[in-house]
Amino acid sequence: MSNHMTQHDQTKPQESLNIVIVGHVDHGKSTLVGRLYADTGSLPEGKLEKVQAICRQQGKEFEYAFLFDAFLEEQEQGITIDTARTFFIWNGRQYIIIDAPGHKEFLKNMISGAARAEAALLLIDALEGVREQSKKHGYLLSLLGVTQFAVVVNKMDLVGYRQDVFDGIEKEYREFLGQFRAVPQQMIPVSAKMGDNIATRSTHMNWYQGPTVLETLALFKKEQVRSEQPLRFPLQDVYKFDARRILAGRITAGRLKVGDQLVFSPSNKTAVVQSIEGFNVDPPPSEAQAGQSVGITLDEQIFVERGEIASHRDSVPLVSTAVRVNLFWLGRRPLEKGRKYVLRLATREVACEVAVIHRIIDTADLAQLQESQSVARNQVAELTLRVKSPLAFDLSSSFESTGRFVLVDEYDISGGGIITELVHDEQEGLREEARQREYAWLTGDVRPEDRALQYGHRAAIVLFTGSAQTGKTFLARRVEALLVADSRHAYLLEGENLLQGLDADLSAADPSFASERVRRYGEVARLLIDTGLIVVSTSKTFGINYQRMAEMIRTLVQPAPVIAVHMSRAGEEPPPNTDLHFAGPQDFDAAARQIIEELKKRGVLIQPSGTKSNIQYSI
Amino acid sequence: MKHLRQLEDQSVYILREAYKHFNHLAMLWSMGKDSTVLLWLARKAFFGHVPFPLLHVDTSYKIPAMIEYRDRIAREWRLNLVVGQNKEALAAGMNHTLGRDVCCTALKTNAMKNLVEEKGYTGIILGVRADEDSTRAKERYFSPRDKHGDWDFRDQPPELWDQFKTTFPPGTHIRIHPLLDWTEINIWEYIKHENIPFMDLYLDRGDGTRYRSLGCAPCTMPIKSTAKTVDEIIVELRKSTVAERAGRAQDAGRGMEMLRKKGYM
Repeated sequence: MSNHMTQHDQTKPQESLNIVIVGHVDHGKSTLVGRLYADTGSLPEGKLEKVQAICRQQGKEFEYAFLFDAFLEEQEQGITIDTARTFFIWNGRQYIIIDAPGHKEFLKNMISGAARAEAALLLIDALEGVREQSKKHGYLLSLLGVTQFAVVVNKMDLVGYRQDVFDGIEKEYREFLGQFRAVPQQMIPVSAKMGDNIATRSTHMNWYQGPTVLETLALFKKEQVRSEQPLRFPLQDVYKFDARRILAGRITAGRLKVGDQLVFSPSNKTAVVQSIEGFNVDPPPSEAQAGQSVGITLDEQIFVERGEIASHRDSVPLVSTAVRVNLFWLGRRPLEKGRKYVLRLATREVACEVAVIHRIIDTADLAQLQESQSVARNQVAELTLRVKSPLAFDLSSSFESTGRFVLVDEYDISGGGIITELVHDEQEGLREEARQREYAWLTGDVRPEDRALQYGHRAAIVLFTGSAQTGKTFLARRVEALLVADSRHAYLLEGENLLQGLDADLSAADPSFASERVRRYGEVARLLIDTGLIVVSTSKTFGINYQRMAEMIRTLVQPAPVIAVHMSRAGEEPPPNTDLHFAGPQDFDAAARQIIEELKKRGVLIQPSGTKSNIQYSI
Repeated sequence: MKHLRQLEDQSVYILREAYKHFNHLAMLWSMGKDSTVLLWLARKAFFGHVPFPLLHVDTSYKIPAMIEYRDRIAREWRLNLVVGQNKEALAAGMNHTLGRDVCCTALKTNAMKNLVEEKGYTGIILGVRADEDSTRAKERYFSPRDKHGDWDFRDQPPELWDQFKTTFPPGTHIRIHPLLDWTEINIWEYIKHENIPFMDLYLDRGDGTRYRSLGCAPCTMPIKSTAKTVDEIIVELRKSTVAERAGRAQDAGRGMEMLRKKGYM
């Protein structure tokens, strides 16, 4: 251990940087970390001695790797099982070193480590050369968004410190990285065991003039550009602990100021930032930027929920129900078409399924096209995913945080990936119409929550779907009557009636007849919802195309709550997003009461006085 | 102090995720420097409020000044304090002379497990830090515990970017670790920056010693130090290469791996 390097003792760190160490199993990652700490005098007193004593006790040779392989099992097997986080300070910067396991069985632990990193060191054994996990880890770093990295060619002592060996590995590995446009900042020949080019320059490799590992760490930059990007503020939660209604979240890109007008996607609601709140901050901030966890208040009490992404109006995120992605899978069971998953993107959670598996990516040979019906554990694949309701997102090439996602299978995060393309869906035109309409919509002084308090309910739409002769209209009329009898403001919007007036100019011979009718129907529903009504709607008038029509109506009335009720004969599958499904002959009174209960559950109907108001405008 | 703001932002994000996802959430507060910083971060995250109960596992062997401090802060910050104690084990005479790991497991681990079970908490927020000992260095921010409260460190869930494990089978619970990335120096820097009230046991009060880590009186030894202010503590720590928990008896040998596998904090 060199004692002359103790300058870190006095230096006050101004920033900290997360570095992950990756590479094939047994290529010397833990040894490198151990050596880095030992040679910079960063080990706590007694740590080296304690581990040496354990080694003596177990009758084996001391290795630097043992310093951080904490679990008994890790030391016994000589491999790292899970990522360890260790700290050291050097030249005014604190480094958090994440030592990731290289064994392919522990890929999920490697990925957990790398996902936290701002830069990486990728190790390759000079004797063994480029191996399976060297490639996989290189590819995954790129997928995980770690673009700053150096390649460390270790165990140079075992190849006689020969330049031609190093050059051969450099050529082969650069060619591999080039296929997905990854460029290492450095390629460094080292021996972690002997201490060559780790903290001090090697005397065995005069042919290498570049920086040591320690010097390379100092060259890694702290990323700052995110705050110069357009604003992305995913809403994490809405708090009402006191008089303030605070929207909390972490800004993932750009900056926001008091007075800024924000647009929330995908609901398209807009409001102006009134204040940025804080605790023990004086004076309160007037501006916040990427990376910060903040809370803001708005000038209007718009109804927005966790998962929406706030931005400025001139640069809104994309919205669709389908995306093309690159994904790595870590699940216990394979990823399959037809199974339901939950997609999480920033703070949004939405049900999703795999629409297409385009190919499995063989990280050892990227040109290889491999078709498959499922994605196995530790595989990487290109997919199209379809989500249940519109998702706001960005492409990962333009935004990091809002361009990536994870998939949850049952209880577990089982995969993750980046979004490479928006896949157009048929709602796109209507979605844009709804967005432009929301932007331009003029309101009086009466706010939606004022109406809600007066009426005793929020506005909503109960949307009936199903084939003919299942009793939809009968039940819809029953629901309308029941609501009005309970002093709620409800209205049965009958599509047939529109044909007599609003739609009288449309010709059934026109190919756009059906979709134009739905569009008008949706806009009328939107207008009635804006008046604070509970709209009761049946799709009877749209015939067998009810499923597509219901989707269009949903897009146009968004973000009002939709209670989807499907009626069918026995044995029929309800369409996606159905809230209540009645199959076969019905007790219509019971069904109507069930719908009323659903309205209560969803917070549409204010509960009778005596219980706490459950209206969601003020939560 | 940009790095402190970064640490704060990450911890606040984690706390808010915990609050959003867990209906039965509680925070462990030992009144030590770490869990007090954690408590302060909760007030940051929730704008002066602490919207969940604080659990104190009282072994009955704590230094008396700690209990006075606990009650004063709980009153001033209007905290919902829940105290748990393994009364059975104490009645049966449990103490450290019967074996430190036996005592820690009975009075801390089991007392906490009982409390968690009795109250039905599904999320427990703790102030453990990765730099404290090498098993904590391998923790996740959201770390599942099985039906027996055990930690399966061989098979931890993936943690990707800011997506944490927030769903779990019935009967299990999640430990949440917002301070994982903080070092001991960061804790003191933050205490100074925010002016957080802390116990003066951490300072030299004239006899040339101070506590660096606080636990039960019989098993926690003060260190030699003349640090009388937070600034002096920070200077001292920058020079020190002695492990923080060197004064904590239960850490000796493989103690911590065994204790933590069984559910110790």
